[in-house]
Formats: sequence, C-alpha cells, structure tokens
Amino acid sequence: MELKRVVVTGLGAITPLGKTVEETWTNLVNGVSGSAPIARFDTSKFKTKFACEVKDYDPKEYFDRKEVRKLDIYAQFALIAADQAVADAELDSEGIDQNEVGVIWGTGIGGIKTFLDEAVDYAKGDGTPRLSPFFIPKMIADIAPGHISMKYGYRGPNFGTVSACASSTNAIGEAYNLIRLGKANAFVTGGSEAAINEAGVGGFNSMQALSTRNDDPQTASRPFDKGRDGFVMGEGGVSLILEEYEHAVARGAKIYCEVVGAGMTADAHHLTAPHPEGLGAKRVMVNALKDNGIDPSEVDYINVHGTSTPLGDIAETKAIKEVFGDHAYKLNISSTKSMTGHLLGAAGAIESMACILAINNDIVPPTINHFEDDPDIDNKLNFTFHKAQERKVKVALSNTFGFGGHNASVVFKAL
Amino acid sequence: MSDIASRVKAIIVDKLGVDETEVAPEASFTNDLGADSLDTVELIMEFEKEFNIAIPDDQAENIGTVGDAISYIEENAK
Repeated sequence: MELKRVVVTGLGAITPLGKTVEETWTNLVNGVSGSAPIARFDTSKFKTKFACEVKDYDPKEYFDRKEVRKLDIYAQFALIAADQAVADAELDSEGIDQNEVGVIWGTGIGGIKTFLDEAVDYAKGDGTPRLSPFFIPKMIADIAPGHISMKYGYRGPNFGTVSACASSTNAIGEAYNLIRLGKANAFVTGGSEAAINEAGVGGFNSMQALSTRNDDPQTASRPFDKGRDGFVMGEGGVSLILEEYEHAVARGAKIYCEVVGAGMTADAHHLTAPHPEGLGAKRVMVNALKDNGIDPSEVDYINVHGTSTPLGDIAETKAIKEVFGDHAYKLNISSTKSMTGHLLGAAGAIESMACILAINNDIVPPTINHFEDDPDIDNKLNFTFHKAQERKVKVALSNTFGFGGHNASVVFKAL
Repeated sequence: MSDIASRVKAIIVDKLGVDETEVAPEASFTNDLGADSLDTVELIMEFEKEFNIAIPDDQAENIGTVGDAISYIEENAK
C-alpha cells in the first residue's frame, strides 16, 4: 500500500507570547521573553514565583459564562487554538466531509486546576462527597479533543495523547501516521497545557525542576547557558491542521509545508533524568528522519527540547552531534523555550509551529538569555544565541522529551 | 418573593447562565432553561449545599421546574 503525503494547512495559537499565531511568531523572532511574576495565585510561600503565563487572559472574551464553568482552562486553550487553526485552514467550509476529519490532542496533565479545586473543596467539607458532576468531564485529559469534535462535528478518529512534555509531538505524529494510512482526510491536532497553579508549580518545585531565579524572571530560561537552573513553566494551546496532500490541493487550501517524519522512542532509564548519553534522543531523531529517507545533512534547523535544565541540555547536545556528525556544526539549533517557557504537553505543538514558520519565513528564532558558555556543552554548535538568524530553511526538526523517558520528534519540509 | 425563592433563582441564574427573567416558576430546567442531565445534578447539589439539606435521588427526580425546587425546599429546609 502506498502511503499518502501529509501537509500543514492551518495554525492557531494562544501562548505566553500572544493570543494569535502572528503575535506569537513576531515575538519569537524578536527574542521577547514571556516570563513574569505569576499573576494567577499568591506565590509568597512558593520557591518559584514566576512563569510564562498567557497574559491578561479572560475566558469571557472567548466563551459564555455557562461554557466557562464546564471547561478547565487547558480545554479552553485547546478550543481557542483549534478555532483559529480551523478558520485558518477553512476546514469548516462546505464540502468538507466531517466524517473524515479527526482530532488528536496532547496534554501532559489535563485539568489539574479542576482537580485541585475539587479536592480542596472536598477537604473543607465534612466528608460528604459533593463533587461536581462536571469534575470528571472537566478534568480528564481526553476531553479537549472531545470538545473540539463536538464544536465542529468532526467524526473521524478522536483521542488524546499523554507522554508528558512529548504529548503534543505524539499527537502530531499520530495524526500524520493516520493520514498516511488513509484513515482520515485531515486532523485538528496540537496540544494545550495549563498547570500554572499551586499544584503544578509546587509539584515541579518539589522535583527541583524549576528555575528559582526570582530576582530576574525574564532571563531565567537560559538553555545551554552555564548558569541555567531549571525550566520556566509556560502554558497555552497551539493547534495544527494536518491534511492529506491531494485533499488539500483539490480544495485549493493554503499549504505551509509538508510533514515528512515522526519518531518515537523511550529511554527506559529513569523517571525524570534523561539517559546521560542521550540514547533515546539519538534514536528518535534517526527514526523521524528515516520515515521519508531524509538525510541528516538536509536538516537546516533543529528546534531542540532544550529546557534549561542542567542534565537535559547536555544529553540532547550529545545526541545531536552523534546523529548529525560534522553537519551538526552547519545547522541552526535553537530553544524557543528561552522565550515561551516550557509549555509541557503543548511544547511539541508550539515548537512545531516555530519550525513550520521558520520554513515559511526563512528565519530561525533565537535562543535568548545566553551569558556564559558551559564547558560541558560544545559551543562550536550554532545555538542561534541572542538574535534570530536569516537562513534558507528547507527542513526543520522538533524534539521533545517527557518525564517517563518518552521521546518524540517530527520533521517538516518545505513543499 | 420568599427568601428561599430568591436564593433558588440566584443559583439557577449562576449555574445555568440564564437571565433572571427566564427563571419563572413553571420553567423546566431541561426544556426551558437549557440544562442537561449533569446540569440538573449540579443544581440539586447546589440546593443541598445552600440549604443544608439532603435531597434523596428519588425525590430529586421529581424536581423538574423552578417551582418544584422552591416548594420542595420550603417544605424540607430546616
């Protein structure tokens, strides 16, 4: 059976850098940090007091009051991003067979705010379980794709992917593979996360995973810098429309680029630490490139996982050097987490968007906040420090690695 | 309007996102006010919390309108 080709025909985004794709991209290219003191809860007793929040977010601008009560903020971000992407791709126009459109959506945690609020409410009571009937359907990690399908009537394959910080890369990879197999004409895919609350920040703080640079939030996310001290939490939702190539051409859809590879591996090593030699990271890039026989030397840009944690950045750099050999020194590498923070389950989606728009605009967004080289990292690599770099980008690869040892990569190519 | 009636109406306006003028005594939660089965369960729970009562499931099934809720609570609230 001949596999079908897959293209990107729509994008949508609500992120710490803006409430649209355009605003987010402009800020990415300009090297703007989305980090600031946390506005959403009182952080006075927390080790980390800042994050990359979606600024001035008011759900009432997007949903009526009754809808807001039934949607965890992670599902709100999903619907907002999907709405923009569907409009961008004109995927709700007449002639689209809704039975042949699916939704695959990634989130690391799902409705953790809903879980927290209900648990706190219960603990305040006398033990009588007066849990809201909306508690479960607001919280569960698959409800975002459910909501998206209900809104647009898309009756194709529909599920959520959960692999921590690789979740939305897995979603994109699944959508790509199912279209290749002819299981649907198009997918709304991507991911969303909204864990900037007492449970999310407190939990990651206990793991010593977060930066505690409270005196300077804007420079706290500093991937590959010697002074990096953990990741900065981000939040938001980013959606991609993936579509079968002939289907997109037949309806005259705008095509951003082609999806040419998806890799998935596991480290099988440790709960949270990456394999020190980046073995899983290495194999996942190799597997993603193998899908369509892309030679490593064809890759122009890698949007790395690069979370700004001490171990992760070293392991990923080693893996890149092993996969790409001498070409590693010719390609552009950047960690847009230096600006967006770490969107956890939505990281793969926002970083795929960065790859897609790098291809479309021939510009590589930077890694900001570089102050001092780390002797454990090969600084002859081009990390695109400080400023965006113009470059003809034909092939771009996005890496994401999740707690649990999940690795996922996707490859995009100019059409 | 009794105190109970106004408190019941306030809960319905809040939970169902409807306008106060729609919350007439004969209005049905599901047919007139757009509630689904989960909304109805939530309303009953809110009445229980607000009035500190327990409404058994077999009684709750008979509360289908705004008026039903007000009269049940007037009879059963302490």
